Amino acid sequence: MMSAEVAATKKVFDLKNFLINNGIICVLVILAIITSIMQPTFATPTNFMNIAINAAPRFIVAIGVSGCLITKGTDLSAGRQVGLAACIAGTLLQNPTYAGKFFPNLPDYGSWWIVVVLLICILVCAVFGLLNGLIISYLQVPAFICTLGMQLIVYGVCLVYTNATPIGGYRTDYSTVTQLRLFDPKSGLPIMFIYAFIIGLIMWFVYNKMPHGKYMYAIGGNEQAAEVSGVNTNKTKIIIYIIAAAMYAIGGFLVGGKSGGSSVNMGQGWELEAIAACTIGGVSVNGGIGKVSGVLIGVLVFEILKTCLQYLGVNTNYQYIAQGVVIVVAIALDIRKYIQKK
Amino acid sequence: MGEPLRLEVRGISKSFPGVKALDKINLKVRPGTVHALMGENGAGKSTLMKCLFGIYKMDEGEVFIDGEKVNIQNPDEALHKGLAMVHQELQPIPERSIGENMYLGRYPMKGVGPFHMVDHKKMYEEAEKWLRDVKMTFDPRAKLGTLSIGQMQSVEIAKAVSQNAKIVILDEPTSSLTDNEVDALFGIMRDLKARGVSMIYISHKMAEIRQIADDITIMRDGTYVGSWEIKDISDNEIVKQMVGRELSNVYPPKADCMTDEVVLKVENLTSINPHSFRHCGFELHRGEILGFGGLVGAQRTELMEAIFGMRHISEGTVTVLGKEVKIERPNDAINDSIGMITEDRRGTGILGCLSIEDNVAISSYRNYVDGGVMINQKKVDAVVKENIAKLSIKTPSSKTLIQSLSGGNQQKVIIARWLANNPDILIMDEPTRGIDVGAKYEIYQIMIDLVKQGKSIIMISSEMPELIGMSNRIIVMCNGSITGQLGAEEATQEKIMTFATKFALGEEAEETDDSTEKEMK
Repeated sequence: MMSAEVAATKKVFDLKNFLINNGIICVLVILAIITSIMQPTFATPTNFMNIAINAAPRFIVAIGVSGCLITKGTDLSAGRQVGLAACIAGTLLQNPTYAGKFFPNLPDYGSWWIVVVLLICILVCAVFGLLNGLIISYLQVPAFICTLGMQLIVYGVCLVYTNATPIGGYRTDYSTVTQLRLFDPKSGLPIMFIYAFIIGLIMWFVYNKMPHGKYMYAIGGNEQAAEVSGVNTNKTKIIIYIIAAAMYAIGGFLVGGKSGGSSVNMGQGWELEAIAACTIGGVSVNGGIGKVSGVLIGVLVFEILKTCLQYLGVNTNYQYIAQGVVIVVAIALDIRKYIQKK
Repeated sequence: MGEPLRLEVRGISKSFPGVKALDKINLKVRPGTVHALMGENGAGKSTLMKCLFGIYKMDEGEVFIDGEKVNIQNPDEALHKGLAMVHQELQPIPERSIGENMYLGRYPMKGVGPFHMVDHKKMYEEAEKWLRDVKMTFDPRAKLGTLSIGQMQSVEIAKAVSQNAKIVILDEPTSSLTDNEVDALFGIMRDLKARGVSMIYISHKMAEIRQIADDITIMRDGTYVGSWEIKDISDNEIVKQMVGRELSNVYPPKADCMTDEVVLKVENLTSINPHSFRHCGFELHRGEILGFGGLVGAQRTELMEAIFGMRHISEGTVTVLGKEVKIERPNDAINDSIGMITEDRRGTGILGCLSIEDNVAISSYRNYVDGGVMINQKKVDAVVKENIAKLSIKTPSSKTLIQSLSGGNQQKVIIARWLANNPDILIMDEPTRGIDVGAKYEIYQIMIDLVKQGKSIIMISSEMPELIGMSNRIIVMCNGSITGQLGAEEATQEKIMTFATKFALGEEAEETDDSTEKEMK
């Protein structure tokens, strides 16, 4: 049933509505203000750039997951795909002179090889995305279960591929394309931010200006009605999961290069962070609703939360608890919005 | 009147953002009567009932039950005050038993001290008693899902009676019932009347109002028009008060533009479900409105959904414009220039959380793509605006969410979707179900305009006057087969009924509904 206070008492509850819609963000702003008062180094350009660097790959991954969420699906294999992409990129982009090379006989191609490796990562992940899409649309396995299975499969593939050995010793040009700072080598604008920005723009275009995006929202709104209206729901969902996988590949490729090394545990738990970020940013778990800008806000909120807690010197163990609380509260507020709309 | 009132409503108002849904509505219900509430779609009948029932909170106004002022905040309180509601769309739990559905939330309990459990024996005994009370003899232990919609409604009424309801609200209870079920429902209602229970009865069907109602209140655009005793007001007067103007014709004049050209030819179409349609064949001509008549369960909907690619067939062919086509999903049908307005508006029609614009344009985005990539928003805006205007959809803006519209306006949005897509063949399954007289006429006019432009329409309708009034030809189905065909001149209700009840020996029409539901892709 609908909440009794629906639109009836409009004036009185404006503040309440505002809090329901933006509650988490308000709390975060307050937290950030407190942190910057207590720790002067928090509100510095350097720190903000660091947050941007950390947020960029997570934003790319979250954008991928958002498509799944908007169609009432989810993708639990996201984090492991990030890890797989990071490992594939790492093994193929080691410094030719590095002693412990994964492929000792890999020749030293030129810098163009980096692009090829990125495409390989995208291709491999896209295969898993395609599988997700096929299983969810044609076999009608619930997305939660299907991608949970895929999470294990991808992790297994990654373990088999790397034999669980950590990978390091990257080519300098791989580090450069992921770590470069524009304008100033130390504190300039991170190139990572530019990548995320471009991808955000592209995805905004896809969501808002292309039939694919319209179909995606329609499926989230009412899948059967979308099908009857001529939307090829299976095809649309498959494309969504492939695009999502491509995003994980790009995210993994970037985060691998940024970290300067990778292991099978890279990206672990990112899918949950991404889902949480999407929800905080207003992507409805009931489907049909969600914006690229919202995802960006969600990711930033989550990153700022983590950074604030670090700066405030909160014990890492407590940080997990805080993050968990934020996720639950965000979803609870999201559901409030949904109830109100009715 | 003088006698005490069972329910009195004084000056209820209710606003939603941007719309005044109810403006000082009054309602006086006498004990032991059926009070009809009529008005066009969007007149605010359902909103009023929701306010009474505590689902919405009213902005102002007073409610009295048996002379005592009540302030109902939620449905639970409404039940305690003796108000019960049988919803327009039932919301039962089909996988649980009839008894559990009736006693949901107020199970009889037994136990000692702090340990309590549901007293199933008592629950089922009570349920059986109440069911018998409304002349129903089902086993309350059976799953609710095994009943037909009409029977479920009886269960809802039994539930209302078991809660000692003094006032039962029935919101369009007959919209999905067969004639026999309607008779059964009216029987129950008369029983309740004799016991002093009052009922508020929302319906668009004039004949039913005449049969069952004692008083009538009419609403128009959220305002109170007036109340009458039913015997003091004529049908024409009711319609006049509802629409605020006199409707001289129920149906627009038929267009005489049917040609000999066959645009759609269906041969020997048979469902993969043995209980559904079989060996169906017919032709649709350019410029024709082809009516499909029959009883509920005749498999007309299933046949049309199969042509549109929503259901599987085991044999048969579909030929569009002389070319045999293979339609496996609605997308294929749309590519073959077929459109379909489905019967189940909420389930397969509207995209609830999207805007009117998206709902109108969803089938035609593909036609407005620049360079294979980008949607041309200007063209979309133009087409949406044009169709909102053409269908006079009442909405503040094209960005408004469709779920905030009334049922009739939602239906118009769905029609707008297909006008925007502009198919040659349009299948309309019960296009005017649950729609008021004024909007019905508008929809009929749109249908006539379409065939004048050389389109062809298949219209499924369970209302025989509508079939006769609109169709160039009528095909009648019974129990999965086509049993007859009538030209416009020769069609009478009796002839349609004869074909519609032409059962093959030993077969029952009703029980096939459930199995075909599951077969939906």
